[in-house]
Amino acid sequence: MSKQKIIVVGNGMVGHKFIENMIEHPDYDQYEVVTFSEEPRLAYDRVQLSYYFAGKTVDELMLTSPDYYDENGVRFIVSDKVVNIDHANKKVVTASGREESYDKLILATGSYPFVPPIPGKDQEHCLVYRTIEDLEGMTASAKVSKVGVVVGGGLLGLEAANALKNLGLETHVVEFAPRLMAVQLDEGGGQLLRSKIEALGVSVHTEKNTTEIVAGETCRYRMNFADGSHIETDVILFSAGIRPQDELARQFDIEIGPRGGIVIDNNCLTSAKDVYAIGECALWDGKIYGLVAPGYNMAKVAVSHITGGDLAFEGADMSTKLKLLGVDVASIGDAQARTPGCLSYTYSDGHAGVYKRLVVSADNKKVIGAVLVGDVEAYGNLLQMMLGDIEIPGSPEALILPSIDGAAPALGVDALPDSAQICSCHDVTKGDIFEAVKGGCTDLSGIKSCTKAVTGCGGCAAMTTQVMNAALTEMGVEVDDSLCEHFSYTRQEIFDIIRVKGIKSFDELLESHGQGHGCEICKPAIGSMLATHWNEYVLDDKHIGLQDTNDIFLANMQRDGTYSVVPRIAGGEITPEQLIVLGEVGRDFGLYTKITGGQRIDFFGAQLHELPPIWERLVEAGFETGHAYGKSLRTVKSCVGSTWCRYGMLDSVSMAVNLEMRYKGLRSPHKLKMAVSGCTRECAEAQGKDVGVIATDKGWNLYLCGNGGMKPRHADLFAQDLDDETLIKYIDRFFMFYCRTADKLQRTSVWMDNLEGGIEYLHEVIVEDKLGICEELEADMARVIDTYECEWKKTLNSPERLKRFAHFINSDLTDDNLAYVEMRGQAKGRIATDEERQKLAKGVEIETVELV
Amino acid sequence: MSEWKDICKFSDLAANTGVCALHNQEQVAIFRVGKEQKVYAISNYDPIGKANVLSRGIVGDIKGKLVVASPLYKQHFCLETGECLEEPENSVKAYAIRVEGDVVQLQA
Repeated sequence: MSKQKIIVVGNGMVGHKFIENMIEHPDYDQYEVVTFSEEPRLAYDRVQLSYYFAGKTVDELMLTSPDYYDENGVRFIVSDKVVNIDHANKKVVTASGREESYDKLILATGSYPFVPPIPGKDQEHCLVYRTIEDLEGMTASAKVSKVGVVVGGGLLGLEAANALKNLGLETHVVEFAPRLMAVQLDEGGGQLLRSKIEALGVSVHTEKNTTEIVAGETCRYRMNFADGSHIETDVILFSAGIRPQDELARQFDIEIGPRGGIVIDNNCLTSAKDVYAIGECALWDGKIYGLVAPGYNMAKVAVSHITGGDLAFEGADMSTKLKLLGVDVASIGDAQARTPGCLSYTYSDGHAGVYKRLVVSADNKKVIGAVLVGDVEAYGNLLQMMLGDIEIPGSPEALILPSIDGAAPALGVDALPDSAQICSCHDVTKGDIFEAVKGGCTDLSGIKSCTKAVTGCGGCAAMTTQVMNAALTEMGVEVDDSLCEHFSYTRQEIFDIIRVKGIKSFDELLESHGQGHGCEICKPAIGSMLATHWNEYVLDDKHIGLQDTNDIFLANMQRDGTYSVVPRIAGGEITPEQLIVLGEVGRDFGLYTKITGGQRIDFFGAQLHELPPIWERLVEAGFETGHAYGKSLRTVKSCVGSTWCRYGMLDSVSMAVNLEMRYKGLRSPHKLKMAVSGCTRECAEAQGKDVGVIATDKGWNLYLCGNGGMKPRHADLFAQDLDDETLIKYIDRFFMFYCRTADKLQRTSVWMDNLEGGIEYLHEVIVEDKLGICEELEADMARVIDTYECEWKKTLNSPERLKRFAHFINSDLTDDNLAYVEMRGQAKGRIATDEERQKLAKGVEIETVELV
Repeated sequence: MSEWKDICKFSDLAANTGVCALHNQEQVAIFRVGKEQKVYAISNYDPIGKANVLSRGIVGDIKGKLVVASPLYKQHFCLETGECLEEPENSVKAYAIRVEGDVVQLQA
């Protein structure tokens, strides 16, 4: 049987989703897929477009790659627009003249920005906001401008305003309607949103009808309004809505709605045989859906129809929750209370800047709509109650009133049907999450990678966690997050106990809150917490038994029981004299020597009794311990920065040295790595670190929670253009908050992935001080910094402690089970195998590896 | 009658840590657990990691058994019997040990 050929016109988010669904379909081998894109690149995430100005690169916005399509046999043609459909002969023709026949044709042409027909709208700095090329145009315009106006105060308009603000322009929003987000909000919500946005320095002008754009006096242009007023601006950004890109269908005899849009039925079929339309170009039941979730749903339905399934498109809910210019806004169902007979409840808190309106059915029993501004926590509950047609338990006002005694009146997720959609971006239902939990995903990061829930807009994180916990409870899995069999508390709880009760030793804690003797899980974990909080000498009598061997001997055990030694080389900066000393130490003690990934030098093969004399030499030359053995700050990697580099914006080496000297010795749940790059070329690879700092022309950008390792994670951009002082303040708070709340041996990346609310929540805690703990976090960090002492220096001064540095307590002999093989010019090139050790014992020489 | 050989002073051992002793050409790991005047001795050789390291592990208890966790790959060895809890076929030798006054002794 020959393959059916499917052509997808348009490779935007929805077109790509269609292809992805096809690839994942079990019968995919019976189909051949070809896709055309007018844009020069494959599908990218338009929803996240505004992050482009917050530092996200085009690569990070990409949803797919040529490799992915190649691997799955999808042919793709970019920068070539389909201009002709011949549906009698079932073929399409592109602008470059390419012809391609099809069995099924999918129109996923999307939409284009609507620009009102205002005289003067076609000038050089009059722009739209839709594609990456548009953003590049905006960036170029902003460089030669001071003032920017966005025409349109809807959702996209406000995102565009945010972009202008990020580009450093004085920003205005001009709206035709009497309020912002007129479609989603009611008057009260619109007003509060306006005052919040104005407080951020964005001017809002409502009820303005632009009549013409002429040359300006103080700025490049002047916009004249119908009421006689005007505004001067250098850039104009039109964001006054979208129009379906239906031109192709229009020209070739496919039915179009009276106000545009390709008419489709419940199977997403158009009026032409074997031609489908999906996404923003499609008109279903007289409606165009300008959100991505309904488009994804249409993609799914079209795949189902082509492959013989029975899914149908039955409309979509347009409820939405988002952050605009930092303000939380949500709209559900009939937000403007247009349903006849419906009732409204309103709650408004002028002090905290919160507005909530609940719209219920005439019988006061069902949620039919809501507006939330400033506090959108109720969104998940209210949406599920509306979608599930669930009767309101108790009085409706309780759903939006703040909880006075801390007990939030939440709808139990148990009340939801399995079909309830929890994540609308990826259409993940309660049932899907239950299944994932049953399949073994028992934490939020597992659920994320298995179901994709929470990985779109992230708005469903709280709800997803609730459903996951309900599933765990139902399965009888007691969520046991106690530290180990000796302590039935989580790490975070133990940290609080240590802090609040002032506990200073493991024995004290074991007596008051634990049982038994402890083990290799709880001892180092608690040793680390005590060190984070009190920062006492880790080899003190009361702490020594808690430490892993690495911490006891202040070196890293290798697989034959010998140790490696890493002195601190802050920021990777070292004098020639120090470098010579390191060379001499490596040579004199016959140690295998290697440069580490963190810009320092590692010596291998030191026996216990050799550690003190090695360190005597190092300390004498001014070196300190590098803490390579600890769950603590390792290195702050740096590039050379502005002191030498032609491209450097700031002095990255000085910053790296300062940061390393500040945080050295900080004991943490897991190791911590940092890096500082002097410009966006990012030679220090800061975005792969727990804390990454990158210089810009306006200050430092701070990235958090990246790591390399087994599961690499790109760090998230947390704050931009910081001065030195603010940068350090944020890092202080971040580290301490992580130390307090992470699980044992949890890297910052996993911690972040499990943090409900993610980076935004972290922003609230660290920048906005939502929990009111920032001062305390800084004070805790200050104590750690003030009490720092080099552990090796202290140990060398204590004869009592030095006694431990011997292999035998009753003999000066050393371990006889050590042997090495020369490699590439180093005597201890590698540890000998068991067989080789036996040969060596018999005096047989081992063949060495040639220098290559 | 069996004879006992002096190894070290009890006060040389920090609470809840181990040391290694050379005894009859063998490496013996000696541990002091809890506050009592009591010590344990097993082989210092970790048969899984194939290195003389057990004296440098963390001591504790797992389901009531006193154990040391190997510093290499964290398997648990019972301090009283030398049994490896995860891989019994890799159990190690236990030694008779006692404290006389302030002196730790192994059976010769």
